[in-house]
Amino acid sequence: MKRPFFLLLAFFSLTALSHSHAQSKFMTKTGRVSFFSASPIEDIEAKNQQVAAVLDFAGSQLAFSVPIKAFVFKRTLMQEHFNENYMESDKFPKATFSGRFVGFDAATLATAGPHNVQVQGDLTLHGVTHHMEAPASVELKDGQLLAFAVFAVATADYNIEIPLLVRSNIAKIVTVRVALACDPVAGGAVGAATPAH
Amino acid sequence: MRHHFYANFCFPGLLLAGLLALASPARAQTDLLRDLEKQTTDSTKREAVAATFKGTHIINSQSVETPGHGTLAFLIQHRFGTLNSGAYEFFGLDQAVLRLSFEYGLSDRLAVGVGRSSQEKTFDGFLKYRALRQSTGAHAAPVSVTLFASSAITTLKFNETANLSERTVGSRMDYAYQVLIARKFSPSLSVQLMPTLIHRNYVALAGMQNDVYAIGAGLRQKLTKRVALTADYFYVLPGYVADNYHNALGLGFDIETGGHVFQLHFTNSKGMTEKFFVPQTDGNFFKGDVYFGFTVARNFTIKSQL
Repeated sequence: MKRPFFLLLAFFSLTALSHSHAQSKFMTKTGRVSFFSASPIEDIEAKNQQVAAVLDFAGSQLAFSVPIKAFVFKRTLMQEHFNENYMESDKFPKATFSGRFVGFDAATLATAGPHNVQVQGDLTLHGVTHHMEAPASVELKDGQLLAFAVFAVATADYNIEIPLLVRSNIAKIVTVRVALACDPVAGGAVGAATPAH
Repeated sequence: MRHHFYANFCFPGLLLAGLLALASPARAQTDLLRDLEKQTTDSTKREAVAATFKGTHIINSQSVETPGHGTLAFLIQHRFGTLNSGAYEFFGLDQAVLRLSFEYGLSDRLAVGVGRSSQEKTFDGFLKYRALRQSTGAHAAPVSVTLFASSAITTLKFNETANLSERTVGSRMDYAYQVLIARKFSPSLSVQLMPTLIHRNYVALAGMQNDVYAIGAGLRQKLTKRVALTADYFYVLPGYVADNYHNALGLGFDIETGGHVFQLHFTNSKGMTEKFFVPQTDGNFFKGDVYFGFTVARNFTIKSQL
């Protein structure tokens, strides 16, 4: 009597250990990131539509890779200065983010409507890594995962030097907006074995 | 009794599994980024090299750059008199030759422009076409090649003693053709080579040539992010111009601030159009026939890119 019980328990434990949500890993290579700097003299805006991102809800992790040269400005000269003088994109071609979702249950995704989630992690920009936290909203809609986030970045935190002459043209704190529409990745949570709750 | 079972068999196993599960997330986090990078590093993607030069001119010469799609560049080129003019002429600062020009980028490759020099009251119009852009990745190109063609007309009133039958409208015109070949060797060093042909419809003396062939060279060396050293030189092939003319040499500084580029330079050439500085430079750089001048280039965005 004990043996069949033990086998049944072992069987359930194994399934619990390897269980992953049917759609828990999502990825995109055409994510959108834009930033906006407001100042009394000039507003600067840039959009990037080549952001790569992967969101793994089973493992509660996410990663972003943003190619700096893909930011488009309204003036080509602004884009040139951004790459040559401010971001030095020949030296630092990508900005990356590696982080996790805090206290978010992957099962919540199954319910309709956007869900708020807190994201924490390391943002590497211009060769400098900084820990950051931001609120985001995620929603599973028509099989695609939509994610949105808005947060602030201080240029001084990342060694981005703004010369005296243009200091009144560029804000010290820049607002960054993220908008992604990710497709599910086959295979679900790969690598990490996490017990389901 | 169940408890007894757990303690002896399941507990150590479950504990081990639990520990393994806890141990993996942190390592898996950076793995996630690394996997993402592996999937997105497309070494076959072609990437064009940008900003070989900061502006459309090096010193006297044109650079491979064009203003860019929807951008209008306004240039004021100012050249004073020679430094060896003496104190009375305030070392040349009392005299001035000016050229004003507008260049517009019809597309990222094609630019059109007009200019007007005070020297012989010349109007010039030109086209610049970026035939090849230096790029890395798939189908990489080692150099940028830009084609330049300009025609200039002098609107100076003819001297009464001139032979009027010879001085037609056509005789007022000159043409310049250049192939600009440049390479950005590093973020701070760019070098350009320019085979040039100047065609002058009318030449005053029998011994002068209508067609002048020359090879120009230019370079830009960045000193800081916004300040660069520039130089350009035109070597006229032997036999095409008279001996009293010299090869044009220019040395200068580029200072970039916001939407302007300030170019300060010293050159032995008085003129600022190809027709003047290639075949008609009569200043001897080493004898002090040096003109101090500056160019201010300002970009205006006509068509927003966003």
